[in-house]
Parts: sequence; C-alpha cells; structure tokens
Amino acid sequence: MVDSTATADPAHETPPARGSLLGRSSGLRTALLLLPPMLWLGVAYLAALAALFVTSLWTQNDFTAAIERIWTFDNYRQLWEIPVYRTIAFRTIGIAALVTVIDALLAFPIALYMAKVASHRAQRLLVIAVLMPLWASYLVKAYAWRGMVSQGGLIDWIGKPFGLHSPGYGLVATTITLAYLWLPYMILPIYAGLERVPDSLFEASGDLGAGSFTTLRRIVLPIAFPAVVAGSIFTFSLSMGDYIAVTIVGGKTQLLGNVIYGQLVTANNQPLAAALSIIPLAAIILYLLAMRRTGALENV
Amino acid sequence: MTITHTRTRALGAVLGVAALVLVAGCGTQGGSSSSAAPGKQGFTPPDVPMQQSLGTMEGQVNILAWPGYAEDGSNDPKVDWVTPFEKQTGCKANVKYFGTSDEAVNLIKTGGYDVVSASGDASLRLVASGDVAPVNTALIKDYADIEPFLKDRPWNSVNGQMYGVPHGWGANLLMYRTDQVKPAPTSWGAVFDQSSQYQGKVTAYDSPIYIADAALYLMKTQPDLGIKDPYALDQKQLDAAVSLLKDQRKNINEYWSDYLKEVQAFKTGDSVIGTTWEVIQQVAAGEKVPVKAILPTEGATGWSDTWMIAAKAQHPNCAYAWMSYITEPKPQSEVAQYFGEAPANGQACKLTGAAFCRDYHVTDQKFANKIWYWTTPISQCLDGRTDTTCTDYGQWTQAWTEIKG
Repeated sequence: MVDSTATADPAHETPPARGSLLGRSSGLRTALLLLPPMLWLGVAYLAALAALFVTSLWTQNDFTAAIERIWTFDNYRQLWEIPVYRTIAFRTIGIAALVTVIDALLAFPIALYMAKVASHRAQRLLVIAVLMPLWASYLVKAYAWRGMVSQGGLIDWIGKPFGLHSPGYGLVATTITLAYLWLPYMILPIYAGLERVPDSLFEASGDLGAGSFTTLRRIVLPIAFPAVVAGSIFTFSLSMGDYIAVTIVGGKTQLLGNVIYGQLVTANNQPLAAALSIIPLAAIILYLLAMRRTGALENV
Repeated sequence: MTITHTRTRALGAVLGVAALVLVAGCGTQGGSSSSAAPGKQGFTPPDVPMQQSLGTMEGQVNILAWPGYAEDGSNDPKVDWVTPFEKQTGCKANVKYFGTSDEAVNLIKTGGYDVVSASGDASLRLVASGDVAPVNTALIKDYADIEPFLKDRPWNSVNGQMYGVPHGWGANLLMYRTDQVKPAPTSWGAVFDQSSQYQGKVTAYDSPIYIADAALYLMKTQPDLGIKDPYALDQKQLDAAVSLLKDQRKNINEYWSDYLKEVQAFKTGDSVIGTTWEVIQQVAAGEKVPVKAILPTEGATGWSDTWMIAAKAQHPNCAYAWMSYITEPKPQSEVAQYFGEAPANGQACKLTGAAFCRDYHVTDQKFANKIWYWTTPISQCLDGRTDTTCTDYGQWTQAWTEIKG
C-alpha cells in the first residue's frame, strides 16, 4: 500500500506524462487498479478489526460510562471467570456447527441433483428456486418460522395426527430457522463445484465397475469437499454472528450476539462488547485454519 | 410495503424501548411516590438563560425525537401532525429520530438541534451538562392544561424550575389471557412466586431494567430487604431480585422486546401472562384475543417523556412554537393514539374519546402515583442512602445476562 501511494504520486505531479507512463508500466497500472480495494480492505476492514481489539483492552468509567484508555486484560478476565459467558460461547459454537452440518446434509443431494441429474431447463428453474428465498427479507422469513413453530401453528397442525408437538420457541426452533435461512449459501457453492466436474469422470468410474454409491464416495465427495467447505464457512460464520433469529424464535435462550448487543447498546460498555466480539472472531479464524489444514481452501 | 412499514415501526418501538433504559450519567430521583427535595439530584445545573419572550419565527426548527413522536405522514399518510404545524407557524420541521437515549444526548451536544423528547434517563444528564435551557412555561400555550401530577417532577425540573414540557407517559402492566388464567390475578406474584401455575407460558420484558419489576415486587412482599426504590439496589437486594428472576425463568416462554412479538405470542397462546404496555393490550384485544391488562396492587414501573429545548438552539422561537404545538390537545391526541401512551394534556381526551383516556388513565393521578418511572440505576443510591453503594446499570446488564443464562 505504501508502495502504491508512492508510485501514484509522480503520476499526479506530471500529468502530461501520465498516459504514456501508465501505458509503459503495467506494474503501475496494477497498483492503481488495486489501490481502492486494498484501501477498502485495509482501512475499513482490517483497521476496524484492529480498533475492535484495541478497544477490548480498555476499560470503562462506571459512573460516566466514558471509555478510559488504560491498558488492561480485565475484560478478558471477566470472560474467563464469569461462567455464563463460557456457557453462551459454547452454546453459540454448538448451534453454528449443528446448523452447518444440517445444511451440508440437506444441500448436498439437492446440489448433486441440480448439477448432474436435472435437465437443463429444470436446472435453471431449480437455481431460481434456491435463490428465490434470498429475495425475501430476513425478518419476514424469521417471523414466518415464528408463526410455524407457535402453538397451533403449522408444525403443530401437521404433527397432530402423529401425536407430535411443535418444539416451541427455543434452541430447536433457532437451529431450524438458521438452517433454513443459510441453506442457499450452502447449496450454491456445492452446485457450482459439482457442475465443473466433467461427466466423463462419472462414466469412467462406472466403466471401471464402481456402483453409484462407490462413485459418490470415491469420486464426487472428494471433488465436492472444497465446495462444501466454502459453503460451511458461510453457514458457520453467519450462524456465529446471528442474534436476530434467536430473539424471534429462540424463546428465552440467548446467543453471543445478544450478549454483545446488550453490552454495546444497553449497557454502553464498548470495551466488554469488543472483548466478547473476539470470541466469534477467534472461533471463525480457528475454523478457517482447521479447514486450511485439510487442504480444502487451496482448491476453492 | 405494508410489511416494511410494520417492520420499521416495530423496529422503532424496539429501539425506542431499548433506549429508554440506557445508561445515564447522573442521578435521577426515581419513583413518583417519593417527593423531590431541592437539590436531591445532587448537582447544581449550570446557569443557562431562559427565554423571556417570543420573537419572529426563524422559518425552521430541528427536532430530535423518539420514533413516532413527530410523524409527518411519510410512514403513514394518515399519521401526520408535523405538516399542520408547518402550515400554522411557517417553521419547516426537520425531524431526526433517535434510537437510544445515549444517541439523543450525543446528538444534542453537536449543537445542531433545537428541541428533544427526552426520557427520564436522559433528561437530567442534559440539564446537568448545560445542554438544555430552562423552559419558560408562560410561553407554552396550553401549559395550564397539562396534568398537574406531571409538573415539577424530579426528572423534568431542578429546584422548582421546569426544564421541559411533559409529553406523555405510560405504565408496564400485567396482561393475561382471560380464558386461561383463572382466577384473575391482582398481584405481580402471578408472574413471580406463583409463576409455576403457568409453566412455560409466562413472558417478561427483555431488558435489564426489568430487574426493577422484580425489585418492586420484593419491596412490597419482603420488607426485610429494605428496598425503598426499585432503581436503588445494593448488592444484597440485587441478588435477591436476581434469584427471584432466575426462579421465574424456569416458567418463562420467552422474553419480549418487540411489542408485535408479544401480541402474537398471546394470540397463539404461547404466552398467557406477563408484563405488557397498554398499547399491546389494545392491539391484542383488537385482534380478538381475550386479554386484560391490570395495574397490580404493588404498583408498576413505567416511563415519562419531556420535550426540552437546547441551550444553543439556533431556532428558539420555532422551538417554543413546536413545544407549544405538540402539547396542544389535537397533536397530543394523535401522538398518544399512534404511540399508545397517556398524553400529558388531559384536554386531548375530548378528541381521543373518553374510552381511550379511561384505558390509558390519562387524568388518573392515583394510577400515575403507583408508577415508578424508568430511571437508570447508578452507584450513588437514588433513595438517598449514603452508607452503602448501589449497583449500577452495568451490573444490572451483567445480572440480566446471567438470569437469561
């Protein structure tokens, strides 16, 4: 970034030469082209994260609620020592993992059908069908689920002949709602990944005597794995950060997002909120590192 | 379009409520049943001059308001009391809605605003920091019609000087399904000590300030704890309230902060009893849900808002015109009905109809006296105790997180 600003300067100082200079130096052109996105990434994204981390090391005046710039690990000590935060952190990670697994299991057959089985026309219709829910507002969908899991709601009504009841508001409803909300983010990468696989591979596998199950296990799954990982990154991180669905269908449960929101907006304790925000951030970074070890990220 | 609109309103309500309970920087004497002794707030406000007479209108006014308090028809063409004000006074109203009391305080400090609708947890902070000026009530046309029990209260005046014009107030009531809760409850005990009768069907307000509801109940039922003010709790008293709320949690269906969410929960029967606002009961009853809302014998918590004028107001005459206009019966009746609260001006009842005013207890001083208005707890005890330190809002927030688990 420093380099690019340095090289950009002479271009400003000598405008007549600029066209030819740009024409001659492809490196300069690349630098100029990359400058705005790099600035965006550096300032708006990484610097914001750095600010978040720095804030989490400050403290707050109890009386005026003003931030005091005294370096301390007190916020982290609180996160460690107060058991409720640990409980909520594990609950949130658990839900995010469960949502990811459910979405992967649901998305894989759908994506496989879309990419390899459906006719060209059906394929296009299915893509539209998968994308369609993304057109509706998040809140509308969450409230729709609220209506469905309520007493006497759709789930109750369908389950009644079988003696089943709606799970009611709570963790189960939250998991179902999140799995529904993020499903397209899992289907699309897997679909895109599978579509690139040449049909000849399937034929070759069949010619060599593999049954469809073996083909699925030995050919499709290894090829689709990076795409599943890509989708899981979406579903996992979106679930880690979500705090609205749980307030709508979660009943009395709370997730990390709710606690962060409470500390930031209700208690106005920015340092503690920042420290709490590090938990999902760390969880997602650890998840990415784990996925990198599997080698999946190199092929996406 | 309808959905977006409803959502905006719901969101506004949620934000508004969340904000009403935000951290305040200085002490307010909460509760209407305790009298305001001079200087009890513990500070002397800076000397800000009070306007003596009205001059020519400046042509515009910058209004800072809670969502729903200054509607110009853009949310709902039928809901508009800003346009008549503009026509009447020639002051163009630039309305900015804020989501939290902190936001209001920060915005008024920028100096770009003339009037603000402040709740009890923001008003005294503004007075103490010299950001708002005393209000010359003689310049407010209908000030005489404002209910007397709202004037010279600890959250809108200092040492007998009014710092604003009362706007409206409401109480947090106990609502129940008449077909499922029998006999009819009369006490908050129905959602605390006896909540197990309605296992998994109880609802409660999702905010740390709800701890005050538990404290209010303990204040009446366990005098040994020595709670004098539900917003002034020492550690032992807070622990007692927290343990009461943890017991209550076992029987909770859900905590609500979005009022439409509560309406729906009562409609489906997921919740049958719990804390509510008047407007929620009205909406639910309008949807043919058999619900009733009562003020329990222990009294209740509630809110009371005030219009204040900025010390550095650039359009003071238009600002006075606004404060004067918004407390006239017609706009008061419109705001009250849109927002769902009791208007400060009892004359509004002639326009809303007697039924509305009966529902919202507009002129009912006995009802108003049973309300402990939302005040932000601070470490300096609000009930005047000096031998101990009280728990502040940060601790309440922490406690609330632990209650919800």
